[in-house]
Amino acid sequence: MATADKVDPIHQFHISKIVPIEIGGYDLSFTNSSLFMVATVVVASLFLYLATSGRHLIPSRWQSSAEMTYEFVGSMLKDSAGSQGMRFFPFVFSLFMFVLTANLLGLFPYFFTVTSHIIVTFALSILVIGIVVFYGLAKHGFGFFKLFVPSGVPLVLMPLVVAIEVVSFLSRPVSLSVRLFANMLAGHITLKVFAGFVVSLSALGAVGIAGAILPLIMAVALTALELLVAALQAYVFAILTCMYLNDALHPGH
Amino acid sequence: MFVTPAYGQETAPAVEGGDAHATSGAQAGTEVPHDAAHEGTFPPFDPATFSSQILWLAITFGLFYLFLKRVVMPRLADILDTRSSRITQDLDQAAKLKDEADAAVAAYEQELAEAKAGANAIGQQARDAAKAEAETARKKVEANLEKKLAEAEVRITSIKSSAMKDVGAIAESTATAIVEQLVGKADKAGVAAAVKSIAG
Repeated sequence: MATADKVDPIHQFHISKIVPIEIGGYDLSFTNSSLFMVATVVVASLFLYLATSGRHLIPSRWQSSAEMTYEFVGSMLKDSAGSQGMRFFPFVFSLFMFVLTANLLGLFPYFFTVTSHIIVTFALSILVIGIVVFYGLAKHGFGFFKLFVPSGVPLVLMPLVVAIEVVSFLSRPVSLSVRLFANMLAGHITLKVFAGFVVSLSALGAVGIAGAILPLIMAVALTALELLVAALQAYVFAILTCMYLNDALHPGH
Repeated sequence: MFVTPAYGQETAPAVEGGDAHATSGAQAGTEVPHDAAHEGTFPPFDPATFSSQILWLAITFGLFYLFLKRVVMPRLADILDTRSSRITQDLDQAAKLKDEADAAVAAYEQELAEAKAGANAIGQQARDAAKAEAETARKKVEANLEKKLAEAEVRITSIKSSAMKDVGAIAESTATAIVEQLVGKADKAGVAAAVKSIAG
């Protein structure tokens, strides 16, 4: 019976309460998802804190990796949003580290993937777009709406172009969140399906074990692919954040 | 610590759904197991879990942001600043040392050029002095030789004139002797006059 449940590819996304909390009719329980958010933050913080605690002039491997991540995100933000964008460096850096660590932690067997839930990625996207809108309005006032009016467009086409721009702006949080969520979800389901084949086939005796080799190879290859996807999606999330922040800083096209 | 709750989550529905799936065996793989609270809902789209996830995301991400902004990023910026300033400092020092080395080379070359010029001057001076000395010595020798030549010429002239004086007497006596042999007797005065006229 335990085999049947382990093979279920959706089961890994279930949320179970660890400490039930309910305030004002809202369920605010500390769940396995919350636990892995805490784990993500603790792992990422400890990595960055311990790696840099030596403050070596010539960095150790750990310190070098922390520095490389820092400089990588820094140059990414500077390239897409200019030096004015560096005020958002702490935000983009924590966003990148959080998503990356959550994605990578989710690859461990039995671990919960925080970013495989749409509400988490959507909340992060809304945070990004919220910062873009509020900062853009605070800095440029109504000038921020130049974002929707590209220069050099004939007046006849203007209403159409503005409509397209508005729709594309509104779809940003959706595409940003769905991209990360769907990648994580699909990857983990595929991984679980192939791993499940290995388990159920090897229960069928010698022939089954021989047949299980192929899905096992697939599972290994997919694990490597998922490792790539985990890092890539964190990068994509961060670089799109940088580009949206650039719109808040420089609304004119 | 991380594994235990997740593992618990894996095994808990097995007990609950035990009766329903007891007979289906290995084929139950693709079926969604029944959860007591949210039956049949795809977990990522279950709105019942949204409030708790948003709250805990806000708490954890907020703390993470503050920790990175206050502690980690100033530290990383400090490390990188220290390193880059150290590199600039070292480069500056290297440039300064290079300038010093260049100046030393230039000074050395100038000194070398001066020494060469001095050596040339000294050589020239020595050559001129030697030439002048040789010239005076030569002049002295020449003057000496000329004096000796003049003296010799004077002596030659005197000897010649005295010899010329004797020549007349010898000619007379010779002529007298020749005449006596031819004629037997010689007129000394006539012979003398003849010799004199020939010598004339």
